[in-house]
Amino acid sequence: MTTKITVDPITRLEGHGRIEIFLNDSGDVDRAYFVIPELRGFEKFAVGRRAEDMPQITSRICGVCPTAHHMASTKALDDLFHIEPPPAAVKIRELLYSMFMLEDHALHFYFLGGPDFIVGPKAPKAERNILGVIGKVGVEVAGQVIAMRKELRELIAYLGGKVIHPVFGLPGGVAKGVQKEDQERFVKAAESGVDFALFTLKAFHDLVLANKEYVDLILSEAYTHKTYYMGLVDEQNRENFYEGMIRVVGPDGKEFERFKVQDYVEHVAEHVEPWTYVKFMFLKNVGWTGFEDGEKSGVYSVAPLARLNAADGLATPKAQEAYEEYLQTLGGKPVHQTLANHWARVVEMVYAAERFLELARDPEITSTEIRRIPTATPTTGAGVVEAPRGTLIHQYDTDERGILTRANLIVATQGNAARIAMSVDKAAKALVHNGNVDDGLLNMVEMAFRAYDPCHACATHALPGQMPLIVSLRDAQGNVIRELVRGE
Amino acid sequence: MPKPKVGLYWCASCGGCEEAVVDLAEKILDVVAAVDIVFWPVALDFKKEDVEAMADGEMVAAFINGAVRLSEQEEMVNLLRRKAQYVIAFGSCAHLGGIPGLASLFDRESIFQYVYGQAPTVAPTDVRPQTQVTVPEGELKLPEFWDKVRALDQVIDVDYYLPGCPPTPKVIANALTALLEGKLPAKGAVLASSRALCYECERNATKPEKPSLTDIKRVWEVIADPDTCLLAQGIICLGPVTRGGCDAQCVKGNMPCTGCFGPLDRVHDFGAKGLSAIASLFASNDEAELEKLADKIPDVTGTFYRYSLPASFLFKSRAALKGDGQ
Repeated sequence: MTTKITVDPITRLEGHGRIEIFLNDSGDVDRAYFVIPELRGFEKFAVGRRAEDMPQITSRICGVCPTAHHMASTKALDDLFHIEPPPAAVKIRELLYSMFMLEDHALHFYFLGGPDFIVGPKAPKAERNILGVIGKVGVEVAGQVIAMRKELRELIAYLGGKVIHPVFGLPGGVAKGVQKEDQERFVKAAESGVDFALFTLKAFHDLVLANKEYVDLILSEAYTHKTYYMGLVDEQNRENFYEGMIRVVGPDGKEFERFKVQDYVEHVAEHVEPWTYVKFMFLKNVGWTGFEDGEKSGVYSVAPLARLNAADGLATPKAQEAYEEYLQTLGGKPVHQTLANHWARVVEMVYAAERFLELARDPEITSTEIRRIPTATPTTGAGVVEAPRGTLIHQYDTDERGILTRANLIVATQGNAARIAMSVDKAAKALVHNGNVDDGLLNMVEMAFRAYDPCHACATHALPGQMPLIVSLRDAQGNVIRELVRGE
Repeated sequence: MPKPKVGLYWCASCGGCEEAVVDLAEKILDVVAAVDIVFWPVALDFKKEDVEAMADGEMVAAFINGAVRLSEQEEMVNLLRRKAQYVIAFGSCAHLGGIPGLASLFDRESIFQYVYGQAPTVAPTDVRPQTQVTVPEGELKLPEFWDKVRALDQVIDVDYYLPGCPPTPKVIANALTALLEGKLPAKGAVLASSRALCYECERNATKPEKPSLTDIKRVWEVIADPDTCLLAQGIICLGPVTRGGCDAQCVKGNMPCTGCFGPLDRVHDFGAKGLSAIASLFASNDEAELEKLADKIPDVTGTFYRYSLPASFLFKSRAALKGDGQ
């Protein structure tokens, strides 16, 4: 008799992920499936819309990372209208984008994934949330996190009009610039942003790396996969969130390919499975062989861990220092341990903050030369950014009026979809034995995907940062034979 | 006295409405002090069973965001309707159908065909996601994807509406205060300003008595002056027909209002109202001239019905049919 365990967040019935674990007769895991019961059809209803509306329409894919979609879309418009934004506009875009990355990563570290480590993976469920984090790091720090988030979000709204679904992106530039008298506010926020990121790095050291149990967990085989990795890099192969070439390294850490976003169709493809609405990305030049590790499988990974693997370094000094230490501790590139995503995310926070500060201090951001008016006929355009959760590609075709005739979106979490499915399966197999399932173990299965900060679990992006779950053990007829509830 | 109980729920949405609640920042503590949140899947672990166990009307209010597309969502909102004295449609999607409501322009089959078949990156395959599929280890299920998207009041009776994509923290806080102080207006009210957006726009003083459109500029065709009324600059701004309450955030970003707060009182089809309002500003009586101007608005649906297609007259009748609209 096969028993099925359903790990079903009762959060977003449309937007959530669901884990289905099938047990065999001896109570071990046959296979665990990670199911995404969501589809909204954005690519289809984009057709017929004005190209300039796409940054605002596509931001509604996600209210947590609207800035990433807004920016990828805006860059696709530059390409579509064959227009290069003036340097000040590029800097303002990257300034805003750095603030967004810092804020979003901080949210994940303190509110979502962080509690697993800061409080502990097997800590009582009532403590494994932001409140537990506050208990560990102190109310003062928690206040700092909230204040930092608030200031960054206000500054994003200053430029973007709105922080949730910003409106500032236009082909050839931005709708609004920085007033001279306001630059100081950006600089101050960036300075405290750097302090805050460094503080977070230290907290990671003190609370996670100083604990051998956690380090062993990070390094354990249950959370390891050897796949390809993708990320945006600059000319010197340093990580970049806003622009550059898409670089892919193999499971051996060596460069496999490097391409510009316009050529993405030659390099990535989507695999369809009947049991989930999400499409699985794979490398076209390797091919899809199933949910498998190794250089013969086209499965690749995106997001912090993948980005640090795909890059040769970071462009700012303190982030580079943190990156080198990260690699040394984990045995050099590539880092295959999924849970190291949490550390990589903190390293990226330092980079985002330092880049934010560089740009905030740049006198050019107060320039009024922030727009160029397109004159060429729009045809086709692609744009890419590194969203917090990975490489994000928008591509549009239009008629000569700039009305969409086709849209294609490669959303960040899709890039991790296959590896997430593999991680959940592997962790379940390693952790669930003889039908023994308890809350702590299930959390450790859940940790396998939480490390990626997947966007279909947007649910977990809000207070108190823990995904409530119902776990039902069902027999083959679907009768519930046992029920576990967690997340109170 | 026990604290009043409230519930929050989401249907087809992006999570932006939840973020808007979190953006109440320190004010969220006042909310938690004043009410007992008994259902909020994003943050608290209460199950559907817990809601089912409540007495009818046990909750004072249920705040529901997102459009309705799946059978599960329909079941849940019906349940919440029974258990709550007031149901408040929270945000554009619940209020009018929202941006995901644009998917109603297409049916399920054509969406599936594109997403899983024709998209340029999809590896050639006949495989499509199925609501029920047998894998080697057993059965897996997916929720049904319906043909059409519906606003909340096309599924259940709604008492109040909180407009916006997303509603601003200020609008949310005001609504909560009205609820807690028992100062709610008559049923059916939209809990934001009753005046058009222009009245709270910093550029209102520069708005002509009756703006006259001799040319229409798309946002990328012109560098908008940051202090002058956008309509006066020939940019389609829906401020005159859109309910105020957001403090003209988009205009502060030097971009036009696109109408997410929806129509003013007594207007039932936002897009039709917006279209006629803008068309009435066309500064010509010459047919050829008028046509030229109309050509400058190449996507009428996306321009005027961006947030309200399911609630439009065109789709209302279809949505009145149960479920799929079959």
